[in-house]
Amino acid sequence: MNGIRIKKRSGFSSDAAVAYGFLVPWLLGFFILTLYPMMQSLYFSFTDYNMINTPKLIGIENYKTMFAGDDRYLNALLVTFRFVFISVPLKLAFALLVAVLMNQKLRGVPVYRTIYYIPTLLGGSVAIAVLWRRLFSGDGVINTILLNALGIQAPAWIANPRHALSTLIILSVWQFGSPMIIFLAGLKQIPGEYYEAASVDGASKLRQFFSITIPSLSPIIFFNLIMQMISAFQSFTQAFIISGGQGGPLDSTMFYTLYLYIKGFTYYEMGYASAMAWVLLVIIAVFTSAAFKLSDTLVSYGSGD
Amino acid sequence: MKRNTHTLVSAGLTHLIVIMLGIAMIYPVLWLIMASFKEGSTIFSDPSLFPKNATLNNYVSGLKGIANIPFMRFFLNSIILCGICVICNLIFCSMTAYAFARLQFPLKSIWFGIMMLTLMLPAHVTTIPRWIMFRGFGWIDTYFPMITPKILATDAFFIFLLVQFIRGLPRDLDESATIDGCNRVGIFLKIILPLSVPSLVTTSLFTFLWTWDDFFNQLLYLNTPVKYTIPLGLRLFLDSSGTSSWGSMFAMSVVSITPCFILFFSLQKYFVQGIATTGMKG
Repeated sequence: MNGIRIKKRSGFSSDAAVAYGFLVPWLLGFFILTLYPMMQSLYFSFTDYNMINTPKLIGIENYKTMFAGDDRYLNALLVTFRFVFISVPLKLAFALLVAVLMNQKLRGVPVYRTIYYIPTLLGGSVAIAVLWRRLFSGDGVINTILLNALGIQAPAWIANPRHALSTLIILSVWQFGSPMIIFLAGLKQIPGEYYEAASVDGASKLRQFFSITIPSLSPIIFFNLIMQMISAFQSFTQAFIISGGQGGPLDSTMFYTLYLYIKGFTYYEMGYASAMAWVLLVIIAVFTSAAFKLSDTLVSYGSGD
Repeated sequence: MKRNTHTLVSAGLTHLIVIMLGIAMIYPVLWLIMASFKEGSTIFSDPSLFPKNATLNNYVSGLKGIANIPFMRFFLNSIILCGICVICNLIFCSMTAYAFARLQFPLKSIWFGIMMLTLMLPAHVTTIPRWIMFRGFGWIDTYFPMITPKILATDAFFIFLLVQFIRGLPRDLDESATIDGCNRVGIFLKIILPLSVPSLVTTSLFTFLWTWDDFFNQLLYLNTPVKYTIPLGLRLFLDSSGTSSWGSMFAMSVVSITPCFILFFSLQKYFVQGIATTGMKG
């Protein structure tokens, strides 16, 4: 008895040493590749730094310029907000709709799930961005289909500043596979008795959807909302390829991260770009915590009241 | 009877909607694959999905590559980079995850909280200082800036995934191994790792795919075309051949997504598991 206890004790203290041994790579990574760079970029954000001269402290000048003076920045902010707040809800709506359809005890669900996931599998690639650029050009496939099948003379999507962003939104919504699979897993957890009881009470399918499905899934909906929002704010590749790295036409696809890239790595305004990165961090933090707050009041966890 | 036909009709209708929508979903990808086999001049004029005279010419001219670099060079570079990243993530993320999931040590919850916070951190706050640091090391135009973060286990996402998985493994196994004289390292190597294979496969899969498509970092760090990876190679192709050779552009696009298809279809269940248990980002 005594022997075991001693063994356990000594095991515990050596446990800590072993644990920190295992954690060495991660700890180094956290300090060298995360914390230190973060502090450094915070410092850069208060400087004028062009990679040639040493950083010169200029106070909050970069932040002031961003919000009062740089119209391209404000435009990039607006473009990004529009992208996020249109594409994310649409994506989640599609994901939920398809997940509900597939949850109807359908045969062949694995096959359908595979097909619906393919766009998500490939959507982040340069290959698909190139394809999109071609599909939505003035004489592209989409317009040919619209003209031949429906007789609609559609605009040149990519080349038109009013529509270029929509093609990026469509591209993003098209990749609804991940939230769909998460919803599908969530739907399987809802007890069938809920629906049976509702049917007995004469509730319509639509009523059941809003009174049972949505509330039961609400934690998952918020989870998907937060994850999708965080990644949508950081979208880069597709806008870069479709606009040829310029964010055009007329800055209509100038995503926040694209402008940050141009400022930092084309003009080498490292101070300004660092300030932009920190504002992005704050924006994402604010919207994420707002979503958490909202979920506290709206989400029902389990069966309570 | 009436009820039966009703459910039959509604099931048929659901099938129809799901199938139609499914076709619309994969139509762009199908079109891309078909177009890569069409003759150069008919790609856009031919309204039918299927090529009239299927040809491999686009592949032949595409594989010749660009700027005297065969396209397979880009392909090989991507495979090498992704392979190294996968191996590093497997080793270092699983080590980190084991410590968090199984060992007791001071400040554990604080470190774990910090790890979870880095999960939400936009990469851009560290991009510029990291770039300056790696440039100071003389690492511009090498693969080290892409590999080092994997060696230092910065992919919190996979750590979290593995922690969740390891926590689900029965602790009795650890205890009986301890009685048999196994130490912590032995338990990790002989018990935890072999049992964690499903989550390790998921980690490998997504590390591979995300590195394969990681245009941003490769754009930042690679300058010489010989070292280009698939995303950069495709972009070079697009910029220099422009509108003249869409056929080979599409053919190379198909080549570039083939590994993703192969992985996806051979390891499908790991995809679904990975996404459903952790809530993968888009």
